Amino acid sequence: MIEKMDQIFVLLLHWLVSYLPASLQAAASTLLSVVVIVCLFPALFAFAVWMERKGLGRIQNRLGPNRVGPFGLFQPIADGIKSLTKEDVVPLIADAPIHFLAPVVLVVAVFMGFAVLPMGRNMVLVDMDAGLLFYFAMGATTEVSVFMAGWSSRNKYSLLGGMRAIAQMISYEVVLLLSSVSVVMIAGTLSLPKIVEAQNHYTWGLPHWYIFTPWGLAGFVMFAIAATAETNRSPFDLPEGESELVAGYFTEYSGFKFALFFLGEYLAMFSISGIATTLFLGGWSAPFSFLTWIPSWIWFFAKLEMFIIVFIWMRGTLPRLRQDQLMNFAWKFVLPFTLLNLFVTALWRFMGEGWERWVFCSAILLAAYVVMGRVGMNRENFRPRSYRYAE
Amino acid sequence: MSPVFYLIAVITVGGALAAVLLKSVVHSALAVTGAFAGLALMFLSLDAQFAGFAQILIYIGAVAILVVFAILLTQGSEILTDAVFSRTWLAGFVIAAAVFAALGWAVLQSAPVLPNVSAVPAVTVHDIGVALVGRYVLPLEIIALLLTAATIGAVIVAMHEKEAAK
Repeated sequence: MIEKMDQIFVLLLHWLVSYLPASLQAAASTLLSVVVIVCLFPALFAFAVWMERKGLGRIQNRLGPNRVGPFGLFQPIADGIKSLTKEDVVPLIADAPIHFLAPVVLVVAVFMGFAVLPMGRNMVLVDMDAGLLFYFAMGATTEVSVFMAGWSSRNKYSLLGGMRAIAQMISYEVVLLLSSVSVVMIAGTLSLPKIVEAQNHYTWGLPHWYIFTPWGLAGFVMFAIAATAETNRSPFDLPEGESELVAGYFTEYSGFKFALFFLGEYLAMFSISGIATTLFLGGWSAPFSFLTWIPSWIWFFAKLEMFIIVFIWMRGTLPRLRQDQLMNFAWKFVLPFTLLNLFVTALWRFMGEGWERWVFCSAILLAAYVVMGRVGMNRENFRPRSYRYAE
Repeated sequence: MSPVFYLIAVITVGGALAAVLLKSVVHSALAVTGAFAGLALMFLSLDAQFAGFAQILIYIGAVAILVVFAILLTQGSEILTDAVFSRTWLAGFVIAAAVFAALGWAVLQSAPVLPNVSAVPAVTVHDIGVALVGRYVLPLEIIALLLTAATIGAVIVAMHEKEAAK
């Protein structure tokens, strides 16, 4: 029974496909899985938008949406109808074909990333040997669409937003890749299901997730920072800073194209949360060995949902960074620390089992964190600010 | 040659031609991105996953973005008013044809030398990694040194400009 619940979607798929002739089965099962992914994540998107508006509302001491349906739950449906029926305005001097292609390229590239995510035991669309590389390749493609949107609108706010977004995404993509390399070094594979499998062991009922090692914790924190910047979420949402750039690279988009950008942003958030879960939090494995009877897909989506909640919480709490702060943080703190983490990971790999490696690796990382933080603080020279025009 | 091959060839060659023939520089940059994507698809259709994904990651994610950045930061994105063909197009064409001929000759010559494999070799990412740090470690190190030197050079160029501005 437990086994059945765990594999319920896989069994359902096999059962549905078994009614078809054998020659069509492989294609049909792929098609069906794609349809499920393409339907499930936009549904999750609708729910996440509702949760975000409600959560931000509570953080800011408001009620949030509460008119459409119970607790405003049908708000996303109303928003969807609104964006579908709105006029689609394309600026007269805009580069129309590229202006049209930009949101399409974005959504397609983001959806492709879900193909390699293991969402449960045996629940991965394509088990690629180089799955992680595929994911990052698709993530890199979204930068092109951001540029297309920013440039083709022929609007200075769009162009500035696009330039900011690309500069930010390139800077943090380096960190994103390097921090996941340490996981690849330990797991010895680029295939995401195998990375999950490598973490799915228990000692004294506790899991062998990579976050519970010194290098894993450091790598996870760096990965989470870079993921927030990659998805342009607050406090790294400069490319669409409302107070400066109207809406950044999608200022000139309206109606359903705007909705597609919105969808793309949230889907990128889901998929990067999924990758973070897979790399550091054991993917679909349970947090304690006595909880393994709960189906694996529940764990995956619970962890994903937890990431979303943290994203919303951060958005409601932290102020936006300035462009120079963002770049300094990426290149002068996060990147050197990630490089150091690679060395620590190699050390961890070759020191063998035992308590020495725990002490040694933690000490190096802690010392580096403190020293780099202190040096950075001294260089910044924090003093009471005086504003020339305010006094 | 399957229909997939011809489809990919159309994307790649079309993208490359558009990159040369379009008048707007940004359009050319986006067209060459399309050609890169076509090349990546070609690698994937030959079962070379690692090469294909690396092609997307590096050429679309980094090189294409670098190109558009350079265009936007330098001469702007005005559309050319005069003809696309430069005055020295004949010399350029001859050089391109010579390079193509040399490469084509090398490829055609190498075909009989290689062992005739009927089955597709199963090369995993693991094998590529082992080969890179095993047999090909020296080229890898040389490239790493070159890239480090380039990075340091870029930083020095940027620093110099800052001092001059003061």
